[in-house]
Amino acid sequence: MDYTYYPGCSLESAHSSYNDSVKKVFSHLECNLIELEDWNCCGATSYMSVKETVGFAISARNLALAEKHKRDMIAPCSSCYTILAKTHRYMKELPELHEKINECLKEDGLSYNLSVTVRHPLDVLINDIGIEKIKEKAKFNLEGLRIANYYGCQIVRPEKGFDDREDPITMDNLFSAIGAENVYFPMKLKCCGGMLMTTYEDVALKLSKEIIECAINNKANCIVTTCPLCQMNLEAYQDEINKKFNTKYNIPILFFTQVLGLAFGFSDKDLGIDKNLTDRINIKGVLMH
Amino acid sequence: MKIGDIKVPGKLSWKEADLRQSFLRQLETVPNSEKIKSCIQCGTCTGSCPVSYAMDISPREVIALFRAGDMETLLNSKTIWVCASCYACQTRCPALIKVTDIMYALKRLAMEKNIYPPNFPVHSLSKTFVNIMNRFGRLHEPLFLVFFLLKTNPFKLFSFMPLGLRMAKRRRIAYIPSKIKNLEGFKKIIRKAEQMDMPLTLEVSQYLRDTVGYGAVDKEIVLEPTKN
Repeated sequence: MDYTYYPGCSLESAHSSYNDSVKKVFSHLECNLIELEDWNCCGATSYMSVKETVGFAISARNLALAEKHKRDMIAPCSSCYTILAKTHRYMKELPELHEKINECLKEDGLSYNLSVTVRHPLDVLINDIGIEKIKEKAKFNLEGLRIANYYGCQIVRPEKGFDDREDPITMDNLFSAIGAENVYFPMKLKCCGGMLMTTYEDVALKLSKEIIECAINNKANCIVTTCPLCQMNLEAYQDEINKKFNTKYNIPILFFTQVLGLAFGFSDKDLGIDKNLTDRINIKGVLMH
Repeated sequence: MKIGDIKVPGKLSWKEADLRQSFLRQLETVPNSEKIKSCIQCGTCTGSCPVSYAMDISPREVIALFRAGDMETLLNSKTIWVCASCYACQTRCPALIKVTDIMYALKRLAMEKNIYPPNFPVHSLSKTFVNIMNRFGRLHEPLFLVFFLLKTNPFKLFSFMPLGLRMAKRRRIAYIPSKIKNLEGFKKIIRKAEQMDMPLTLEVSQYLRDTVGYGAVDKEIVLEPTKN
């Protein structure tokens, strides 16, 4: 199967590990990811809070570029996924907005006719490829891993998407199929603080701490996430959290594609796990420095 | 206190009326934004909000203040900037109000009118973001962080050093910003969109005023002595 691939800015620098692991996992499952040519930043949450029409217009530029290919578009970053899907939905719901945005796009000879479906890699893995095939392709059993599945805010909200909005289970199903244990994790949808880490650090540290605390109290040995910003907040700020709350947390924060890659037999280096700041974990659940 | 400053529903001060009008205009790009009038003040939004403990006005009160005709207090609040945009309120609202989108609209309005609570860096964050985007078409995270801190709190740059070094050691910093090829076309789109931002078609403005604005209230209030 072929998909258009929209990596997003974050996957180009700080989270190249997510980029690497998504590509490895999908090629292992015989899926072609074709990068969208000359994509631009989706605008994230920041553009929406300055100028909305511009925010929609630049986001729609990507959709217009992707439309030429008649393929679904995969956006691994949660923020990109939400913004692109939101742009598509709002343009569909508000004909005036659609017209307005198309007039902007016309300046560069583009137009968007509402035919692109924006999808998250997790959605594609579960619904297109299927758990059966993933099970078949898995080389190792992950029985040593006790995973806290952290979905974050943006992939299941605000509109009903591929998973439940209050209690998503796709990632749990995926990992239990390849032998891992999913711990009880009621914080699976709680906000990590997002961009507040740069503006309102106290608030974000508290939110992130509560997530890590819940995972550790439930005996998880790693937290698995789908979002670059969540990964950053939970991982890079763990030291900061330890300092502030006088704790000794040291729990690996992995992308779900990295864990899947481990089951497929890829090395830490292939999956970018060596770029993580916390200790590494192997498939037996042993922490390594 | 001047007479004009007293807040009476239906008789708003000039400033308040202007803010209200601009706010309703911001809501134009939100589908079903007129649902704001069906708020039942149940507080589900506040209960679902992970950051409501750090807010000075709770999300429920945001809607209440809008109704009471006090946009100015709203725009001066910490609340709209503390919102992390997690969409928990919007997902759960029984009246289907797009609370998160309303928060975005309030942020834009505050920036448009230059009303910020003191020492509040969030709007600088968004503005820095926009500057970098307009230059490269993509976001370069390290540059973004450095510019933002230089603008708001240069001393904090030092406290970011250890983390920066650790990130660099793990090859997680891209030193050269990546740029899109067709930057000219991209800028053309932005320029056009900027001109378009918030044009107010007459019917929409009329519709919003009559369904959610004070226009709606005015119609129902008939100042006649009761017949007795």
